Amino acid sequence: MSAADVSALQRPNDRLRRRRAVNRGMELLAWLASALGVAILGVVVWSVAKRGASELNLDLLTKVPVPFAIGNVKQGLANAFVGSLVVVGLATAMAVPFGILVAIYVNEFAPRAIRNGVGLVLDVLNGVPAIVVGIFVFGLVVVSHGQSAYAGAFALAVLMLPLVARATIEVLALVPSTLREASLGLGVTRWRTTLGIVLPQTVGGIVTGTMLAVARVSGETAPLLFTCSLAGTSIDSNPGHALQTVPVAIFELSESADPADHARAWAAALVLLLFILFSSLTARWLAARSRRKLGRAT
Amino acid sequence: MSTLDATGEAARRPFPGRRARTGDVLLQGVAGLAALGAVVLLGLLAYKIVDGARLSLSTFGLGFLVHVGWDPVHSHFGAGGFLFGTAVTSIGALILATPLALGIALFLTELAPRWIRGPVTALVETLAAIPSVVIGLWGILVLGPVLHDHVMPALHSTLGFIPLFGPSTTGSTIFTAILVLTIMILPIVSSISRELFLGVPPELKEAALGLGTTRWEMVRGVVLPHTRGGVAAAMILGLGRAVGEAIAVAQVIGAFNNGISWNLFSSGNTLAAQIALEYQSAETKLDVSSLFYLGLILLVFSLVVNLLARMVVRRVARRQGVPAR
Repeated sequence: MSAADVSALQRPNDRLRRRRAVNRGMELLAWLASALGVAILGVVVWSVAKRGASELNLDLLTKVPVPFAIGNVKQGLANAFVGSLVVVGLATAMAVPFGILVAIYVNEFAPRAIRNGVGLVLDVLNGVPAIVVGIFVFGLVVVSHGQSAYAGAFALAVLMLPLVARATIEVLALVPSTLREASLGLGVTRWRTTLGIVLPQTVGGIVTGTMLAVARVSGETAPLLFTCSLAGTSIDSNPGHALQTVPVAIFELSESADPADHARAWAAALVLLLFILFSSLTARWLAARSRRKLGRAT
Repeated sequence: MSTLDATGEAARRPFPGRRARTGDVLLQGVAGLAALGAVVLLGLLAYKIVDGARLSLSTFGLGFLVHVGWDPVHSHFGAGGFLFGTAVTSIGALILATPLALGIALFLTELAPRWIRGPVTALVETLAAIPSVVIGLWGILVLGPVLHDHVMPALHSTLGFIPLFGPSTTGSTIFTAILVLTIMILPIVSSISRELFLGVPPELKEAALGLGTTRWEMVRGVVLPHTRGGVAAAMILGLGRAVGEAIAVAQVIGAFNNGISWNLFSSGNTLAAQIALEYQSAETKLDVSSLFYLGLILLVFSLVVNLLARMVVRRVARRQGVPAR
């Protein structure tokens, strides 16, 4: 670039040569760091894909685990997939409306001081380690009522809440205030303006934020260990029971000494990874598209 | 109900405003309650953790923090070993991840051809989306054996005079945990740094280049000083993530509870991993309460990390005359 052009005019001396060599070296290091970053992703994904693909079949999704299986019994993790759907679905149902309401209050009603206060609380909540959320729900619910999918979903919802609220606050702030003023100026009440005019503008952003939050918590193991892990091996969708989930199943199978268990763990990890990559990439794509659209509009 | 009421109502309000105002109050009330709920939730979380830890707090007091060992048979528990393991693994991961993350961020903002920036950014951030249990699975079944068979013996034979690189007997070691944590915090530190580097005013960079600096000299003289505070905040957040990670570490660190060792190639344990591993075996009240005590340490640490990162960002913003977000 320009640096090279300018310095080319001077007579190259040792000092300049050394400076250029240092520059070259540092640039090389930056290239290598990026290559390493991408390579790590490649190696992890490839390891999971290679080992998971061989065991990835219909049995995994339709059969249940057989404890102490002797010989070649067909096993799967159907119970874990059903359980994960129930737990993550319940968590989403708890966290999304709650998060949207928090965001509406923060962005549309709250005075500045309260807005900052709630923002701080959301940040702190987001920073609480997942395992701590797990023992919190253990102390709050499980000690008195035992493990259940409700308890597990509640723990996941605590993790989702700051993600959904933050994403919604961000898109609400993007809605032009002229839109609110136009609506209020026409005599439309505050609540109808908020729910009927402002909120519809942000649906895309809320969906994106929710998808990212779902992708994040569907792989969470730590909050479920204390709240929803002591499950049976049959397919069950009653949220009052403790249900097996995919991440907990992977965790337990990975601690096992049996290679057949490892194979199923890889296959389940592959399914989980595909789901998470698919939903987070779709969310990113949607976000980029809506940002482009907004950019064109203004 | 009667006509009188209805007319009275209409006389008082020429516009159909009463129901509308009820709606306003209702929405503000419900949304306000939700916001209050979030605050209460955090308070309840802190209270429940302290409440759960009470028995252990009164039994062991602050001595819990230095006692090494987890002995359910004699009901004597301590966090000393876990604090040590947590410090070693998370600081080790930060030492490895920071230069790597800064390199990636510099590559993406200063060096990479335009067409490659988007895809590489997306790929590095995808690393953050991989669930910890999957990284842990990879760590215990792929990374651990490779390290045990090739990397650790090689490091031991060449650098064995440093006590950190002792002999290895297993693939489930502190070193494995450090590498796994490095992978997990790398995308956090690099994506924040990338955004910071993008925010450096181009005039400053062009001025430096115009003075005849090389690109690296420009980075060292303009980009890094300009973003120092933000990068520190990114590192603090990365550290917080590494300290709080339970599952992946639990899978790869080998869960050795009785003693501390400077040998990175031996098993250890961390606060978060110990909680995760005890989920089925904690039986006595004191045992469970001690797990809450470990959780309390983590909670306090996460609060400190968050507030510290916030403070750093705010101070930098004030110094640069930019209003904090």
